Amino acid sequence: MTLDVLLFASYADSAGAPSVRVTVPDDARVADVVQAVRALASGSGIPERPLVAVNHRYAAPDHLVCAGDEVAFIPPVAGG
Amino acid sequence: MRTAVVDRPIDVASLAAEVTSPSNGALSLFIGTVRNVNDGRAVEAIEYNAYAPMAEREMGDIAREAAEQFGTPHIVIEHRTGYVALGQASVAIAVAHPHRANAMDASRWIIEQIKGRVPIWKMEHYVDGSRQWTGQGS
Repeated sequence: MTLDVLLFASYADSAGAPSVRVTVPDDARVADVVQAVRALASGSGIPERPLVAVNHRYAAPDHLVCAGDEVAFIPPVAGG
Repeated sequence: MRTAVVDRPIDVASLAAEVTSPSNGALSLFIGTVRNVNDGRAVEAIEYNAYAPMAEREMGDIAREAAEQFGTPHIVIEHRTGYVALGQASVAIAVAHPHRANAMDASRWIIEQIKGRVPIWKMEHYVDGSRQWTGQGS
């Protein structure tokens, strides 16, 4: 499946875009999506284990990703 | 109970009015504001960037958890996005409760949760014209 992974703040700056497109196996987990993004030239600045959200919820590395899910990489938050 | 990510100035008086009621003997209002120095550098303004739908969802979860933990549904939270000038409110939390301890404890708990969980980032704009994303807890 093809996923558009959302990037924010320093991650978006590092990739030079607010999202990146990756193709992963249909049974991919969050960790596989991270690996796919990091393998892109534009994803080389993403850390090894970023926080990831799936459909607006934080998701563990073994969380199964489905086609149509909204996947986002979350840099260290700094609200307040 | 109400939470919102907003791109206009926060009207703190209206937040307070929203939670106050005759049954509540305490109203705690926390206002986070933009400070003029961070890590020794002179700050001119902070630009807040949010993953808005998730930020709204996390803030809603935090309000519900606080309501349960501290025993009051009278909670309103607003967080700014966009360019916020020195001294302006970036976040405001209003909690009303019959008693002061719960109102104050809830308010403190909520701001710590926001800082730790809500996907919002700040780009500091410095007086010298440079800018950078700030890290966690700053």
